[in-house]
Amino acid sequence: MNHAHLNLLIGLAMGLNLLALGTSRLPLLIRAMSAQGVILGVMPTLMERPDWRVLLVAAATIGGKGLFIPGMLRRAMRTVQIDRELEPLIGFVPSILLGAGGTIAALALTPLLPLLPEHANSLLVPGALATVLTGLILLIGRTKAISQACGYLILENGIYLFGLLLIQAMPLMVEAGVLLDLTVGVFILGIIVDRIQRAFDSLDTRKLTALHE
Amino acid sequence: MISLLLILVPLVAAALAAAWSDSRTRPWLLPGAGLIHCVLAWWLFCNPPVVEAGAWLGFDPLARAVLPVVSLLFLVCACYGVTYLRIRSERPNRTFVAALLAVLGLLSAGHQARHLGLLWIFTEGVTLAAVPLLHFNGTPRAFEATWKYLLVGGTGIALSLLGSLCLGYASLYGGGDGQLTFVALMAQGGGLSRPWVLIAWVLLLVGYGTKMGLAPMHTWKPDAYGEAPAIVGAILAGGVTSVAFTALLRVRAVVGAAGSGAVADHTLMAIGLFSMLVAALFLLGTRDYKRMLAYSSVEHMGILTLGASLGRAGVAAALFHVWSNALTKGALFLSAGNIRRAAGSPSMDAVRGMSVLTPRSAAIFVTGMFAVTACPPFGPFFSEIKVLRAALESGHWVATAMFLGCLLLAFFGITRVVFGIVDGRPRHAAKAGSKRFVETAGVIVPPFFLLVLSLWLGLFTPHIVTDAWAAAVTQLFSY
Repeated sequence: MNHAHLNLLIGLAMGLNLLALGTSRLPLLIRAMSAQGVILGVMPTLMERPDWRVLLVAAATIGGKGLFIPGMLRRAMRTVQIDRELEPLIGFVPSILLGAGGTIAALALTPLLPLLPEHANSLLVPGALATVLTGLILLIGRTKAISQACGYLILENGIYLFGLLLIQAMPLMVEAGVLLDLTVGVFILGIIVDRIQRAFDSLDTRKLTALHE
Repeated sequence: MISLLLILVPLVAAALAAAWSDSRTRPWLLPGAGLIHCVLAWWLFCNPPVVEAGAWLGFDPLARAVLPVVSLLFLVCACYGVTYLRIRSERPNRTFVAALLAVLGLLSAGHQARHLGLLWIFTEGVTLAAVPLLHFNGTPRAFEATWKYLLVGGTGIALSLLGSLCLGYASLYGGGDGQLTFVALMAQGGGLSRPWVLIAWVLLLVGYGTKMGLAPMHTWKPDAYGEAPAIVGAILAGGVTSVAFTALLRVRAVVGAAGSGAVADHTLMAIGLFSMLVAALFLLGTRDYKRMLAYSSVEHMGILTLGASLGRAGVAAALFHVWSNALTKGALFLSAGNIRRAAGSPSMDAVRGMSVLTPRSAAIFVTGMFAVTACPPFGPFFSEIKVLRAALESGHWVATAMFLGCLLLAFFGITRVVFGIVDGRPRHAAKAGSKRFVETAGVIVPPFFLLVLSLWLGLFTPHIVTDAWAAAVTQLFSY
């Protein structure tokens, strides 16, 4: 029973990946990402025998990925007054196609991997692969710092999904993953701090080109 | 117990620095904590403690073979830092001092981590603690460098977590009981699921390789080293990269125990030689002497990785090279920092005649250049000879030829830049600088001391040090 619920949630998270890839509007991107964070946070509670450590991970994930970081991103967005990604390096349609192709490839490749019987019918592994890929596409293909921060968070979500395979056997590894949120926090802090210092105006990372050979 | 102090002393000092109100006296916390750390590290080096097999943290042979030199490098850089922060008194130093001490504490923890997850946590910590260090100058160029460091380094650190999870799954699939210490993983050995081990190895190599600055994941390095203060460059190049290198060695030992050592060695050799080649080509083209040091660091990380792929003799040579590279690179970074301050520009197009303007720093810089390009009798010459011998004895003729070719190209590239800025007549702009840079003892003695240490390491490599490297090799190949 739990398996079916879990797979439904993972399917939802995979759909949100495509939404994140296809939108040019940053508020929608942030909303997709925070919804994904909440969905991911609920998942551990559906797994067998959630003890306090698992519940702690769930609470930290919902709080961090679902509420706190999106809030910080919205604040950064207001500070820099940007709400659209206009000229991505990889267009929105190609991004969706890449993401969809990656999702299909992940579903096709997973049966080739050696998986324990209890994980064989779960979407955790293909979901993780597809989400990691989505994050990488956003990191490489977007030019605005805020979109890149969102991409990083989605990459992290993919790693978290993979970590759920291990949550009962080695919870420490999954708890360690929560620390990745700190990296995103520093990203966003960087954007805000820099805006205060007014070092550069458009927050377009393509303009970060003073350093080259 | 003392090994825990290595972690706690710098972290407590970092908290103290964050709370310290007087920014004139705050920098003295750096050499203070550095000295205690150095004494403790060398005391442990001479009296190695017994580490329990299942311990998550401990001053084990591998930590013993690397951590003392990192500690020494930090102490010397900290002494330089006191003078440097006095010169730069216009910049606030609270975050800088606290972050630098936190880096030392987390580095000590990373070197002593004997648990897959713990190792990752500390590496992540070091990465984040280094961010304010790169941003010290507060210029748009410094921000650009910090952003690239975060983006590339952050992705690397994320991939290494994914790799660690895959290694965890390899253990779980093979019937493991959730023990993720390196000892337990090595004991499981052939029981680890081979496909998952290989996936984990690729991800961890890319992840920790990014932290080391191996090509093609090295892109953050020239920017970060070019824009950060000299002491930060020295500590990143000599200390932070070494924690990623020992992480790779620990993982390599697990992969070897799982029966895939040959695959791991091939990939290490390929990525090491590729890094050397990329670095050598960029060294021929760069015109900025601080970025030159970054490419030289990429080259030396390539040498370390090549050494790590060559079996027992190669790993011992690589550990030797960690020492000689840390000391020599430290001397180069600090003297380059002096030249940068006096000349006002990092480019060889705008700087020349530094042998007249800053004769002592220029002398150290030139001597350091000969040391780092492996001219005898400095440390790098002897460690690179050992890598070379390991390559020849294992019959890797092509790798040997590429290794020597890259060293030659790097030599051309580095001498071109160094003599370009040292020789000739000083420019007027530099002469008429409003505040002339004075070569006080505070900025000359630290790089000179590091150079002397590099010479000492090359000429009189003490037995206790070679024994420490040999013990680390035994630990890594105990499968």
